[in-house]
Amino acid sequence: MSGKPKLHYFNGRGRMESIRWLLAAAGVEVCLYGSLLFQQVPMVEIDGMKMVQSRAIGNYIAMKYNLYGKDLKERALIDMYVEAVIDLNELLMTHILQPADKREQHFATIVDKATNRYFPVYEKVLKDHGQDFLVGNQFSRADVQLLETLLMAEECKPDILAKFPLLQSFKARISNIPTIKKFLQPGSQRKPPLQEKDLPKVMKIFH
Amino acid sequence: MAGKPKLYYFDGRGKMESIRWLLAAAGVEFEEEFIETKEDLEKLRNDGVLMFQQVPMVEIDGMKMVQTRAILSYIAAKYNLYGKDLKERAWIDMYVEGTTDLMGMIMYLPFQPADTKEKNLALIIERATTRYFPVYEKALKDHGHDYLVGNKLSWADIHLLEAILMAEECKPDILSAFPLLQAFKGRTSNIPTIKKFLQPGSQRKPPTDEKFVAVVRKIFNI
Repeated sequence: MSGKPKLHYFNGRGRMESIRWLLAAAGVEVCLYGSLLFQQVPMVEIDGMKMVQSRAIGNYIAMKYNLYGKDLKERALIDMYVEAVIDLNELLMTHILQPADKREQHFATIVDKATNRYFPVYEKVLKDHGQDFLVGNQFSRADVQLLETLLMAEECKPDILAKFPLLQSFKARISNIPTIKKFLQPGSQRKPPLQEKDLPKVMKIFH
Repeated sequence: MAGKPKLYYFDGRGKMESIRWLLAAAGVEFEEEFIETKEDLEKLRNDGVLMFQQVPMVEIDGMKMVQTRAILSYIAAKYNLYGKDLKERAWIDMYVEGTTDLMGMIMYLPFQPADTKEKNLALIIERATTRYFPVYEKALKDHGHDYLVGNKLSWADIHLLEAILMAEECKPDILSAFPLLQAFKGRTSNIPTIKKFLQPGSQRKPPTDEKFVAVVRKIFNI
């Protein structure tokens, strides 16, 4: 009954990627299944449950592996930071789904929101407390999800962190955590960005 | 320092309504400050009280909390509506995410272009009756308890009731194939704090109307 968590999804990032990051960061080995048997994906078989809904799954993993702060208030902060990152991720992920004539404007929106709404908040958080991690001076889910988003944003625009020195050093620091470093190496379960050529296949699965 | 939570939002349901429900069900009195114009929103932004320049925002326990789910999770945990352990929490989270998806569809309906409304309404009804309600009906059937998780009132129950009532506003007989959900609705509506919230004069907001749509469109230039 217990055993490695099993991930059900298609072979791409989508809503499962944040979960892969969290499991990897916590050093949890997973079993790949990769098929679409059920009406709802992502689905993760873990601890005798077939869990759906990416937020529910993320919450469970974060709690189980002590990546969710030490008390209710730290959890509240982590939740706020993670929810905002999810919003930005959504923008980044939907970029490739934009029709060609909307792409440029969508790109401008991504850059605007990232550099004016979201990144300044995290830069300030790090500046204000001067610690290595976002919340409670301890590695948490907020750090994992922020790193994931920073890297995705850089895939969109490589110099997007130019004005955010603390986010740059945060990125380097968190990338060096052994479990994360391993996940960032070739051959890990991290998925590459969705390519245009794969779009028709993905659209077919979800529509 | 302790005082009533204060909610900052528009005078309408939107993303704040689930927070009003949860506080009310927990028996927590709260205050509200309504954003009526673009200038109201700009003032909050310029005062630096909106972490990501967005509402909902709730002042609670010395924090200015933003992000709807973060706020709801905090309230649920604080008032013991989040299950007794990690696994119960997982179930509550899964159920709540389902009702969030459904209510999200209903929430955006008044903002859709007129020519797509009929199609979107049909999709809502289809999703409600084939994807979401069957899950909750089955959960209640399988364990035979009054509540969705752990034989005890939780956030999942409150959220489901809210979703059921919103869905019924879309189609009054939408629960016709779901006898256990009908009973659940009757039972949960009778919980004293919830019964009070369902009465006229409470802080529950009416269904989204043209006036609210106009206010939001004006504030956000959409």
